[in-house]
Amino acid sequence: MPPTLEQPGISHAASDPMRPEPYFVASVSRETHDTFTLSVEPANGVPAAGFAPGQFSMLYVFGVGELPISISGDPEQAGRLTYTVRSVGPATQALVSRVTGDWLGVRGPFGAAWPLEAVRGKDVLIIAGGIGLAPLRPAIYHILRHRDDYVRLIVLYGARSPGDLLYKKELAAWGRSPDTQVLTTVDYGGVNWRGRVGVVTTLFRHLRMHPDKTVAFICGPEIMMRYVITELEENRGVLANDIYLSMERNMKCAVGFCGHCQYGPYFICKDGPVFCYQKLRGLLGKHEL
Amino acid sequence: MPRQFQRGTTSMNSLEPILAKHPFFEGLDPAYLKLLVGCASNVRFDPGAYVIRQGEGASHFYLIRQGRIALETRAPQRPPIVIETLEEGDILGWSWLIPPYLWRFDARIVEPTRAIALDGKCLRMKCDENHDLGYELLKRFAHIVTQRLQATRLQLLDVYAPNA
Repeated sequence: MPPTLEQPGISHAASDPMRPEPYFVASVSRETHDTFTLSVEPANGVPAAGFAPGQFSMLYVFGVGELPISISGDPEQAGRLTYTVRSVGPATQALVSRVTGDWLGVRGPFGAAWPLEAVRGKDVLIIAGGIGLAPLRPAIYHILRHRDDYVRLIVLYGARSPGDLLYKKELAAWGRSPDTQVLTTVDYGGVNWRGRVGVVTTLFRHLRMHPDKTVAFICGPEIMMRYVITELEENRGVLANDIYLSMERNMKCAVGFCGHCQYGPYFICKDGPVFCYQKLRGLLGKHEL
Repeated sequence: MPRQFQRGTTSMNSLEPILAKHPFFEGLDPAYLKLLVGCASNVRFDPGAYVIRQGEGASHFYLIRQGRIALETRAPQRPPIVIETLEEGDILGWSWLIPPYLWRFDARIVEPTRAIALDGKCLRMKCDENHDLGYELLKRFAHIVTQRLQATRLQLLDVYAPNA
């Protein structure tokens, strides 16, 4: 069967999903004071696992632990996998401390992807907060590469401060693409910052949307996503069926065995991380879920 | 920084279509626009200028046509804190509507800005004379205030902080 966006061609998970494959770090670049992008390549001569935008891998730092990390690279760049990682604890710190040539264990890719084939012919509105831009970047790469398959591409991106904005050069380049609008904002800006200050939902007032022709992909802190969904549904008239979001929970096995990431009737690792909002209505924001 | 405030010479008649096009007045009854235009004037500000100053009398509100304005508050022994930026299609200021009619923040021009200034005293007088107009304006300001309150709540949550 030929590879598709929702079913990538080569997946190590198909053979033994619990066995990490050896990869080596091909490059590390600093994005912000606490966020780094790592590219890894297979160390055993086999092709790198293919992936669909929105999927994640389990990255194993030997002797430290294993982490679920979204793939942030170009899905059509064969031979390597790219991850953007924010250092927030010992395991992520160990991960971002890897240097070129270091080894990692990689399982995956896993999970449901952004429905890029199903939304062809629509305006795609991408709304990202903080590190949430990373799982959306492969979708942006795909849309820009297959520009005729989609109508408008709108990227709304909010970060904590100007120094926390990811992929600054790419954001500027995307904004220069035809039929593409990129708006960024920060929650806190100093007096020398000439860009926008305000939460990501404030960017909506600069948009002219066609709700019946728009599909929204959202990734960011869950509270931010709830505010964004409220804006989309109540003020912009976008239907729940046209809203997709990437969820995050504590994932361990990544294949729905262990139950760590259970979310109501779903496992985030297996049924998600990308969900149609229609499925999560009533679950999002529910106490102790 | 001295305040830079330049009033344009645009006639009231030519301001009416500009008011009608601004998102804040979208769909407003043309009869109300005719009433409002008498309180309107065209203004332009240069970067660095302060449109309003915390504690001063709130004499106007502004329909921003172009540019960018930073809403700021002052704190001792540190630079001003930017709370929000406003730009084309936004409005600046609702303190003209609520006693004691004093600005609560500073507003500093970030990028060259063109706006329509609406005289608060003039507007209040017209709203007192025409309650339907007053109700319509109040609904529109309530919508803006609600949006900004929600945004402020999200901002206070600091959702992108490490380990938030």
